[in-house]
Amino acid sequence: MTQMAIAKALNESLRTSLENDPKVLVMGEDVGRLGGVFRITDGLFKDFGEGRVIDTPLAESGIVGTAIGLALRGYRPVVEIQFDGFVFPAYDQIVTQLAKMHARALGKIKLPIVIRIPYGGGIGAVEHHSESPETLFAHVAGLKVVSPSNASDAYWMMQQAIECDDPVIFFEPKRRYWDKGEVAVSSVPADLHKAVVAQAGTDVTLAAFGPMVKVCLEVAAAAANEGRSIEVVDLRSISPLDFDTVQASVEKTGRLVVVHEAPVFFGTGAEIAARITERSFYALEAPVLRVGGFHAPYPPARLEEEYLPGLDRVLDAVDRVLAY
Amino acid sequence: MSVKSTAARRTTRGGAKRRGGEPELVQLLTPEGDRVEHSEYSIDVTPDELRGLYRDMVLTRRFDAEAITLQRQGELGLWASLLGQEAAQIGSGRATRPDDYIFPTYREHGVAWTRDVDPLNLLGMFRGVNNGGWDPNENNFHLYTIVIGSQTLHATGYAMGVAKDGADAAVIAYFGDGASSQGDVAESFTFAAVYNAPVVFFCQNNQWAISEPTEKQSRVPIYQRAAGYGFPGVRVDGNDVLAVLAVTRAALEHARSGQGPMLVEAFTYRMGAHTTTDDPTRYRSDEEREEWASKDPIARLRAHLDKQGLADEGFYAGLDAESDALAKRVRDGVRGMPNPDPMAMFENVYADGHALVDEERAQFAEYLASFEDAPAASHGAAGSGKGH
Repeated sequence: MTQMAIAKALNESLRTSLENDPKVLVMGEDVGRLGGVFRITDGLFKDFGEGRVIDTPLAESGIVGTAIGLALRGYRPVVEIQFDGFVFPAYDQIVTQLAKMHARALGKIKLPIVIRIPYGGGIGAVEHHSESPETLFAHVAGLKVVSPSNASDAYWMMQQAIECDDPVIFFEPKRRYWDKGEVAVSSVPADLHKAVVAQAGTDVTLAAFGPMVKVCLEVAAAAANEGRSIEVVDLRSISPLDFDTVQASVEKTGRLVVVHEAPVFFGTGAEIAARITERSFYALEAPVLRVGGFHAPYPPARLEEEYLPGLDRVLDAVDRVLAY
Repeated sequence: MSVKSTAARRTTRGGAKRRGGEPELVQLLTPEGDRVEHSEYSIDVTPDELRGLYRDMVLTRRFDAEAITLQRQGELGLWASLLGQEAAQIGSGRATRPDDYIFPTYREHGVAWTRDVDPLNLLGMFRGVNNGGWDPNENNFHLYTIVIGSQTLHATGYAMGVAKDGADAAVIAYFGDGASSQGDVAESFTFAAVYNAPVVFFCQNNQWAISEPTEKQSRVPIYQRAAGYGFPGVRVDGNDVLAVLAVTRAALEHARSGQGPMLVEAFTYRMGAHTTTDDPTRYRSDEEREEWASKDPIARLRAHLDKQGLADEGFYAGLDAESDALAKRVRDGVRGMPNPDPMAMFENVYADGHALVDEERAQFAEYLASFEDAPAASHGAAGSGKGH
């Protein structure tokens, strides 16, 4: 066991992948000499050189489009999009080209590309630096979408995503980059797309991923003081989504609240609510509730603590789901 | 007739007003079928090769005409004709080596022909039985790309990989005058220049992006854009198969020898509609089309073959028979192309599988099986009495 921040776990993971497979490339804006604006690629340029760790022109569509070409040539590019709100120039290449190419070629070619996106709010940033666009990718067949919540998952899930033969959109919870946790570098990791029960409980299930898992664990601790037992499911993967694990938890607790930073409307919570209602209708004691962002542009930084689901808003939802 | 005066005359856009300062085209064969020399680009072709190029263009045109007919008969949903662009496609395609890699748009039927892609493979997506349908690595010919300009970035990335591998192959990205306005094309020029990628950008300027003339895309001749990115650009007579072959060979060699990208603008004309859904009489004149008809790439090479006595009646008769046989093979092949099994839509969505796809596949199979007349083994014959 080693103590590591999420940022360091990602860095070590990229290093391991670069060492293990000469076809792995790291590319993006400022990922080279600078080590990335969040330093996730720190030191990789020095140790692997500009042939493996590639500073690109400032053109997101170009980054993803050329990564597709490199993948067709047999490489495994790991692409960094500098911030969540900057991914949209590449959205066409991701949705129209990357996601569909394997199927269009009747399976004859593979597109093993990882697109890393630091996402979410809570760092006091300016506009376009705090968004949570995961639903916009989960809606697209051909893409896989994952987001770790802790250092150990960051370490393992990155390597698993790089080994995956499908395109993976890898959402990194940027406000948790500096949170430390134990990383078992020699253990056998869980399946990339398996949800895990982060904390067991009996009264209410909270389902979350990425930065919101920490909030939900704090909620569980606060609720425990009031005698309520909360189960927290860390989804880890949004596409595919491990509904079996959520279902098993809900059939134990009878109540479900889904929490994410992204707007609630048409969000991951909506999909979970629909499917769990279908799967576990008779086990539910209350409607599935959702806590998330509003149907408004991400607010200026001075308002983001109001916008982001925090301890009180999630506890409020727990109260409401228990009131049924 | 001097090269200069011939070339200058070619710069008049058919039917449209002559633009001052239009640059000279590289031309090695006049519309009348006479060979001319060019100071930078030359070519030596044997009579056999000349007849081969002629055969390629004739068969490509016949295939294209057959596809239009099949669309009119309802056998294809759509067709994008290459009529008039045979020299641009055959000349450039024949300039490539087997280890070069081609990234086409959706109109490169002639290039596909030179790469030995089965013509029937090209028709699957236009018939609606698949969305691509061939293994790109079999002939180093990527899938047709419909969204305009996207493939130029794939070509550039592929070329970056070729350079990393230390291979001496080159990559060629096809696109059109309309695509030259796309951001992806601009970004591919930037990436190719910065990484010195061995890629040739081959723009078929066929003068029309559906209804919009090239003037709606650019104030300068498209090939001149290369200068702003720091690599060479050249405009070639796109209806002259010899000039296209010579210029593309030179551009590919430029790329292979480590000198980086090059832009070739093949100045040609889309003689037909944009696709079978289009009606060009709404936006362009008959006079313009007639002007370009007089520069026809096939008639031009035929005139040369005849003037030089390089092909006899036996050759032409044999080619006619070969054309008819190709057309029949295409016709029969398309009509015999089965509708895909409904379950095929769940195939190859992911390489490593996906739980939701598995779940929906199973649910849909169960649904189909719930009908009493469902075939036991396959749902391929689904259609009548199923109510879906």
